Amino acid sequence: MSRAARLPDGAGGVIEVLRAGPLTTVQDLGRPGYAHLGVPRAGALDGPALRLANRLVGNAPDAAGLEVTAAGCSLRLVRAGTVALTGAWAPLSVAGRAAGFGLPVPVPAGAVVTVGRAVYGVRSYLAVGGGIAVEPVLGSRSTDTLSGLGPAPLRDGDPLPLGPAAEPSTVDFVPWRPPPGELALRITLGPRADWFTRDALAALLTTAYTVSPVSNRVGARLSGASLTRAEAGELPSEGVVLGAVQVPASGQPLIFLADHPTTGGYP
Amino acid sequence: MHTRRAGTTGLLIECADGAEVEAWRAELWRRRERGELAAVEIVPGARTVLLDGLANPQQTAGLVAGWAPPPPAGTAPGQLIEIIVRYDGVDLAAVASEWEVPVPEAVERIAGTELRVAFCGFAPGFAYLAGLPWPVSRLDTPRPRVPAGSVALAGEYAGIYPTASPGGWRLVGSTHAILFDIDRDPPALLAPGTRVRLVSA
Repeated sequence: MSRAARLPDGAGGVIEVLRAGPLTTVQDLGRPGYAHLGVPRAGALDGPALRLANRLVGNAPDAAGLEVTAAGCSLRLVRAGTVALTGAWAPLSVAGRAAGFGLPVPVPAGAVVTVGRAVYGVRSYLAVGGGIAVEPVLGSRSTDTLSGLGPAPLRDGDPLPLGPAAEPSTVDFVPWRPPPGELALRITLGPRADWFTRDALAALLTTAYTVSPVSNRVGARLSGASLTRAEAGELPSEGVVLGAVQVPASGQPLIFLADHPTTGGYP
Repeated sequence: MHTRRAGTTGLLIECADGAEVEAWRAELWRRRERGELAAVEIVPGARTVLLDGLANPQQTAGLVAGWAPPPPAGTAPGQLIEIIVRYDGVDLAAVASEWEVPVPEAVERIAGTELRVAFCGFAPGFAYLAGLPWPVSRLDTPRPRVPAGSVALAGEYAGIYPTASPGGWRLVGSTHAILFDIDRDPPALLAPGTRVRLVSA
């Protein structure tokens, strides 16, 4: 898809990407409703964090922001505006001065906004007043890293159009605490839980797994106790839901995230 | 028909075969159109239909159980789309030999069978076309890159790659048809339920 041709001038100005970082993508709440055509939903991996960031800068909850992965990014706002950083805690600076996390931060015209390396968590969300106004694809501005729909991941030098900004929130404090080192996730046993041995299910529910570094927006790969199948054979392809825990041949589970394929062939 | 929970907002309807899947898919789409079912996604699979984005999956399971089993597929034929195919695939000879027929007869089998989109997946606009009664084995090692428009067979399905991608299916031909276009409504040429003929160029 030609990117330049698809980037109209924003009614609310333009952001210039100075340093895109390893993976910074435009994300809104995704494009649900097309799974039957093989289109992944995409959207922010941490939806509540994006919604919060949008609320802080006065955007609608479904406005597009930037999902910044681990190592940060750096941008210049051509016009004065407001930004807010949520999700994974990372240092934020505006025009070289440290700025608050989880708060609306005013940005003077031409100032550089820098998101540093994430200290807690992996994905931070930077909302900009007016929202990122790239052309929507099938109702969403989200980058889908699996299918390539939506805008490509940001590259150095990219211009990003902004929509018209509204009044930012007047909040001056949002409580935030670092996530625990070990997370307890609640799970609902899936439709194919009976393809596994009782011991495998017990291991899944009682032992700790570590998120593997090869995880991405498609899935969080876990490493830990291997899950043994009670039933051999191939599962005919079937629709999978966001957050589904799938166990490929390796026996190591993975959790499907926003860019997951719409159908899968593992239980 | 049997339903199973799929997460906190989903319900998986298990069917006996592909024909029952298609019957339920069509029935559930009709019910959603009429406002009798509120689901964000209705996703057919090989032997299942997934409903997702349900406010109350348990309540929906009760509703679905109470609905009369839909009539067998085929009574309300969907749209027929003819796709012009050049049968020039690199695996055509291997498919013919797997079927133990000469190449022209293999082409005749594929081109002469009316197929139906059973479900989509793998990539936007990739349709699993059911209807060929002669299964085909997959490649042992998938190719790193299959060109867009490649017409291929694997297992009980035929499919067309909408974009260039890795692939393990047997390539039998190619087409210029645009399978997926974000500016078209619906964006996929081959949506579930569509009848398809892979006509020889």
